Amino acid sequence: MPEATKADDNRHDGVQIDLISGERMEGLASMEKIRMILDGVHDGNIVILEEGLTPDEESRLIEVTMAEISPDEFNGIEIETYPKSGTRDSSLLGRIMGNDESPKKLTVIGPANQIETLHKDETLISALVSRS
Amino acid sequence: MGLFTGLKDSISRATDRLFSEQEPKRIGIYGPPNAGKTTLANRIARDWTGDAIGTESHIPHETRRARRKEDVEIERNGKSVTIDIVDTPGVTTKVDYEEFTDEMEKDDAIRRSREATEGVAEAMHWLREDVDGVIYVLDSAEDPITQVNTMLIGIIESRDLPVLIFANKIDLPESSVKRIEDAFPQHKTVPLSAKEGENMDEVYENIAEYFG
Repeated sequence: MPEATKADDNRHDGVQIDLISGERMEGLASMEKIRMILDGVHDGNIVILEEGLTPDEESRLIEVTMAEISPDEFNGIEIETYPKSGTRDSSLLGRIMGNDESPKKLTVIGPANQIETLHKDETLISALVSRS
Repeated sequence: MGLFTGLKDSISRATDRLFSEQEPKRIGIYGPPNAGKTTLANRIARDWTGDAIGTESHIPHETRRARRKEDVEIERNGKSVTIDIVDTPGVTTKVDYEEFTDEMEKDDAIRRSREATEGVAEAMHWLREDVDGVIYVLDSAEDPITQVNTMLIGIIESRDLPVLIFANKIDLPESSVKRIEDAFPQHKTVPLSAKEGENMDEVYENIAEYFG
């Protein structure tokens, strides 16, 4: 599978955005997804996932992010998804029907020092993205 | 996660809980930085054992390692539960040592930030592997709908862990318990002030009933 093309090194006047489809993520193991996200963020890119991560993958993303924070180099990530509305179907029947862990939520991830959430509600995420 | 793997894990967790009825339950105190987790942990530990767990501070990431107080027996209204309280560092997705440079020298701030990142990673690992239930502490004077809160509640739910939400700092004039109830209506929310010891009876009733 080809990697996302890196922006031309001579063009420092913008921020690269990687929009990753659910289909592309579906074929990856959890740690491959996390690696793809953090590699992009380390490069200063904004990563947008069409279908988000499972709760377990989110937990591991936080854990790996913490391990990679380095003073004056990488402060961590800013991550935004729409808040869930209503209650989650955590019943046994719900899990049998496969309703427990399908994220299906657009997720925006970027370097903590470059992305700032201005507004967020159940239908809108507004973020300010700056160059490092 | 596959259907059968998920079902097997759920059944396994349920039977583990059934057959470990006599073992103290490990209850993790989770939440964002500065929500008052250590103040609450100390209040519970002092009330039932006479000892505190850790240092309380207004500086974020004062708690940088998960700390445990074992065999805390809580009794209320004929119900009793013995728990190990695990006080965890505030969970975040970013740590910048410059947050601490107003309070300490740069080298100390860098050391503190490194310890904080290790502590958060450890707390996430504990949540996946080593806790039987969660007390989720929120500052009721702050907006509860943050990414970290949404993610953590989702992670806790996905692991089928029992969770009580504690709306802390009700002594503050800008406190709003309703805002927390509205944000997480699927969970019981208990108002309290860990600092002032306000509404602790209801806190202990809920712990004994919910985790007992």
